[in-house]
Amino acid sequence: MMAGSEIHTAGLDSILDRYARDPNALLQVLREVQELHGYIHPSSISYIGVKLGIPRARVEGVAGFYSFLHLQPHGEYRVLFSDNITDRMQGSQALMEQMCQQLWLQPGKVSEDGLVSINTTSCTGMCDQGPAMLVNGRAITRLTHQRVQEIGHLIRNRTPLADWPADYFRVEDNIRRRGPLLDNTIAPGDVLRAALALDSKDIIETVKSSGLRGRGGAGFPTGIKWEACSNAPGSEHYVVCNADEGEPGTFKDRVLLTSYADLVFEGMTLCALAIGAQHGFLYLRGEYRYLLEPLQAVLQRRRDNKLLGRNILERSGFDFDIAIHLGAGAYICGEESALIESLEGKRGVPRNRPPFPVTHGYLQQPTAVDNVETFCSAALAMQMGAENYRAIGTAKSSGSKLISVSGDCPRPGIYEYPFGVSVREVLDDCGAANARAVQVSGPSGVCVAESEFDRKLGFEDLPTAGAFMVFDDSRDLFEVARNFVHFFAHESCGFCTPCRVGTALLKSTMDKIAAGLGTQYDLGEIEHLDHVLQTSSHCGLGRTACNPVLHTLKHFRPAYESRLKSLEFEPAFDLDGALARARQMTGRDDAGAHLKPEEA
Amino acid sequence: MSKKLRVATTSLAGCFGCHMSLLDIDERLFPLLDLIEFDRSPLTDIKHCGPCDIGIIEGGVCNAENVHVLREFRKNCKILIAIGACAVTGGLPAQRNHLDLGSCLTEVYLTEPGLAHGHIPNDPELPLPLDKVHPLHEVVKIDYFIPGCPPSGDAIWKFLTDLIAGRTPELGHGLIKYD
Repeated sequence: MMAGSEIHTAGLDSILDRYARDPNALLQVLREVQELHGYIHPSSISYIGVKLGIPRARVEGVAGFYSFLHLQPHGEYRVLFSDNITDRMQGSQALMEQMCQQLWLQPGKVSEDGLVSINTTSCTGMCDQGPAMLVNGRAITRLTHQRVQEIGHLIRNRTPLADWPADYFRVEDNIRRRGPLLDNTIAPGDVLRAALALDSKDIIETVKSSGLRGRGGAGFPTGIKWEACSNAPGSEHYVVCNADEGEPGTFKDRVLLTSYADLVFEGMTLCALAIGAQHGFLYLRGEYRYLLEPLQAVLQRRRDNKLLGRNILERSGFDFDIAIHLGAGAYICGEESALIESLEGKRGVPRNRPPFPVTHGYLQQPTAVDNVETFCSAALAMQMGAENYRAIGTAKSSGSKLISVSGDCPRPGIYEYPFGVSVREVLDDCGAANARAVQVSGPSGVCVAESEFDRKLGFEDLPTAGAFMVFDDSRDLFEVARNFVHFFAHESCGFCTPCRVGTALLKSTMDKIAAGLGTQYDLGEIEHLDHVLQTSSHCGLGRTACNPVLHTLKHFRPAYESRLKSLEFEPAFDLDGALARARQMTGRDDAGAHLKPEEA
Repeated sequence: MSKKLRVATTSLAGCFGCHMSLLDIDERLFPLLDLIEFDRSPLTDIKHCGPCDIGIIEGGVCNAENVHVLREFRKNCKILIAIGACAVTGGLPAQRNHLDLGSCLTEVYLTEPGLAHGHIPNDPELPLPLDKVHPLHEVVKIDYFIPGCPPSGDAIWKFLTDLIAGRTPELGHGLIKYD
């Protein structure tokens, strides 16, 4: 019989060897160790540290950072309900309660027999077909009472995940409106063949004059980024595709990676040709683990067809290949410098910028990091020609944009529009009736109220990474904002004090108001906190964490005010209730054993 | 010379370290005393606070008596300041917050080896502990926070002199410390 520690080091060598004992692959190693053992045992951590030649503390620090990595057993079946506001609107909370009752379990606890644990996780990107959950990392969509009950039975009977009905795992594309991108007729290799006739300067010039801007939300001009990266000196250049689609309410990259993977890789390879890169990474969010094998199959097919690998399309010296790196449940890794840290096998903590990744990115070398949709659009712009591409959209926002529509509408899914489309047009197309607000570009974006539905999506007015969550007049916008505030508090990486503490304070203030204990003073505190977060946070997470509250306070102030106690100040908790345990333990019930509310 | 400002100070669930730090302003206590006079404070031994301009409180809120004292300060002080990590966040005493109060009391008074015939004290003279330790601002409105464990004498001096002179207190580089 093997001793405990041997059990948890068994099989590690083959994983470590597959990654050539490269410390930069630490996150991938840990993820695979967890897939093997179910969790990461302390002896595995020590072993990995020794074999990779890095301190144990670094291994544990990384393992402790990512929410999908576990240092303790979490059950043979790990159930995580997606907790985005859209999942909640589709009834996820009642379903989770039902499942907890069925399996005699409290959320966050592992059942006594070690069979199952149930908890929540941040948005899993299935908003158009929720409520959704992850079971051992696999996405399950369209949950109903019946489906949840069936899943409970499967778990109790210890049915292996592989034998569960395939329909549970079906993820629809739900493409509702097509434009030049989704209707493209590009065959694998088309764009590269055309590009090989040009030199790299011409490729960059084409992308620049197409007016293409980054589709991840910030909208930096893609051609300028590629040019800066190409010009930056370095021993090697890298292409990184940001597929860490973590912004709640966004799921367009999921669809591109499912049905347009060739176009994504074509765009990445085009970028490699332009900047002179030999290695590329696709950083795939852990929630999309189910896409790993299909994507690897596409990569292999492209290698077989000479579209990746050495001497691509017989062009001598054009060598480029792409590796897929899986994330492990950290929203912050969508920030490009945190993503690079994660690629290097570290905690996903944003770097100081400048220097920017274009000069000092992966392994401090010049790196072009672009969104999934940006690479697709770059390939499309090459095929269409800069002039034609630029003719779509508006002056400062050329081309088309994929919008992920979810929430209160009969036709959620993916809609492609030229930039400049109004919020109202999208609402009409998805059939939303009685919409009172739309959250554009996710919690870090903008809450648009009915009076502003004529505003237009585009960098001139409403920039967006694609999320478009619709709330009708039955929804309480305070609860929407509170859900987003909880999200930010959970996802703060903890590196800088303003964000780590500020998001936690914001969360407790919102909870205080929700409990009916809020006052005008607390609304003032929120504004004060916002100032601190915006002016002193290390990265965009902290700077935008107050947005949902500020925007809803602006448009839906009564939703807050109706919850306030009309007093100048109220304690954050029930003072007399806080003495109950001590009264019970001491058997006292005298006047001194109670705390009355203060007289006005 | 205008009327002196009245200042009250107290320590709730604290260690008096912040008060010690106040004494670290050393000889500057003399010019300070030209500007202020102390009301309730460990320095005067006055038992209850009267109307004051400034109240300074170290320590968090861990029992019913802390709540009464804090309310007395809030009622009497125009400006109330939370000083030090415990007052601002709950600090060290709040480390018990992840334990059940009942099991704390049981362990301390009943099951700890060497305690024969122990019982959990229930004299009405004793304030009951709250189930959790809270920072001051969760119980009353607090106007200013001075972080640090403890904040330095220089930080306290800068803060008080700003306040007394009618300037919004600002602790610049080197004066703000979180530990």
